Amino acid sequence: MVSAATAVMGGNGTESAAPKIAVRDVTIRYGGTPALSGVSLDVREHEVFGIIGPANAGKTSFLKALNRMDMFTDGMKVEGSIEFNGRPIDRLRNVYALRSRIGVVFPLPVGLPLTIYENVALAPRLGGMRNKAELDDIVERCLIRAALWDEVKDRLNSLGSLLSGGQQQRLTIARALSQQPDVLMLDEFSIAVDPVTTMRIEDVLKELKHELTIILVTNLVQQAQRLADRTAFFLEGECVEVGKTSDLFEGRVQDSRTGDYIEGKFG
Amino acid sequence: MFQASELNLRNKRTESLYRTLFLVMTLLLILPVLLIMGTLIMKGASAISWEFLFGYPKDGMTAGGIFPALVGTIWLVSVALLVSVPLGVAAAIYLNEYAGENWFTRIINLAIINLAGVPSIVHALFGVGAFVIFFGFGTSILAASLTLAIMTLPVVIVSTRESLRAVPMAFREACWNMGATRWQTIRRVVLPNAVPGILTGVILEVSRTTGETAPIMFTGAAFFLPFLPESVFDQTMALSLHLFVVSTQVPNVPDNLPYGVALVLIGMVLLMNSLSIALRMYLRGKKKW
Repeated sequence: MVSAATAVMGGNGTESAAPKIAVRDVTIRYGGTPALSGVSLDVREHEVFGIIGPANAGKTSFLKALNRMDMFTDGMKVEGSIEFNGRPIDRLRNVYALRSRIGVVFPLPVGLPLTIYENVALAPRLGGMRNKAELDDIVERCLIRAALWDEVKDRLNSLGSLLSGGQQQRLTIARALSQQPDVLMLDEFSIAVDPVTTMRIEDVLKELKHELTIILVTNLVQQAQRLADRTAFFLEGECVEVGKTSDLFEGRVQDSRTGDYIEGKFG
Repeated sequence: MFQASELNLRNKRTESLYRTLFLVMTLLLILPVLLIMGTLIMKGASAISWEFLFGYPKDGMTAGGIFPALVGTIWLVSVALLVSVPLGVAAAIYLNEYAGENWFTRIINLAIINLAGVPSIVHALFGVGAFVIFFGFGTSILAASLTLAIMTLPVVIVSTRESLRAVPMAFREACWNMGATRWQTIRRVVLPNAVPGILTGVILEVSRTTGETAPIMFTGAAFFLPFLPESVFDQTMALSLHLFVVSTQVPNVPDNLPYGVALVLIGMVLLMNSLSIALRMYLRGKKKW
């Protein structure tokens, strides 16, 4: 799976100067009115890229555009150009390889109605892996990295969908990691998770940052402040500004709306 | 403070009135079932014997057993299932998982609804024209089973579709986001969770197919045959037609014989239903979300 994907993506990710994901003038429409318009930004390799903003800002649509989920969404149209590792994604012949390079974590944890083991082994199996020992190894490694191994190692064959909310969210992170992704996208992952688990997942993300690129959509500005290297502020379908997180949070903003949102004056 | 007003009392009386009304209506539902089963058992049980189940009809069908009809019904239902389940499930998967909402799928849906509304005698005539004559299968198990399959196809499609629809969209999205194709998603996540619902449709189909008489009368079922079918191109006896024959077409049949046939017919349906329900409950217990 890895080799095929790498060949398709046309790179081994070593060109650190070039952005991992380059977004130019992207507009997303559902039917007539745009949900997001004219967004241009770069996501760099090995950074945590935060996206903050209130509801209906277009954050989730943006993530969907990045892994070509518009293909599966009725009426969703993406204009503009998005490049992943320097390759325009709208011209990829194998979008499945692109998706397998991008792990996604949803707002509400989606434990598939499979066992814990099968949940984590699903992505490698989809990629054609059959070897039991290899699968065992991946499942254990991913669960350890997602800080869930100790809690579930004795019941890998019980249903993943019966775990608690916080455990399921870590299970979905383990599942995303089992794809061996370059990029991990998290969409408001802490909505249905208790504060203690949230902090554990944030610690996991700080570790993962060394190995992959993370795009973190959050409606908690403090979470972006804790984790993100750079942060974009989306508002009502517009990318208001992108800057170093420390700049944004220390008042060095280019647009007063960003400052107002971060200080909690609205949203 | 808590004293009941006139209005409160009246509401309370109305409440108990309606409750009783609905309860009586529900109990009325059980009544026909009990009456049918009671009559059949009382009048037909005396006919049931080892020889009745495994013997051939004798003396111009006024005595003997029903074995050829029993075997024939099993043939007819099995072949019909072999055709309609794969076809119906595949169509439902296409409609629910691949096709979008457009004029094409709307026409197909309309066709399915209309197909479900066609009277069985019309299916029978269609079966004669299409399978017996046009395709040249003759009056055979194959022609009769194909007619039955087409008749019950809407049931399979609709119930499969409903059970696919009941699998949450979030499961599919999670799978697609991992790089799975639509088919991989269907095979690994959607179908396994839809199987209990699909089985419900199959149960309904089995029950209906077992009892149908009109569609097989002209296409493959015979009045009387002294041997068992050996292939799908043979004619066969069938329980439902045999019941019709012994109750109306043959003189001097002892009273308990038709009731015995009916009892076996209903018993077969109930047996298959309970097997499928047990299987469904077992599968439901294994998968949960």
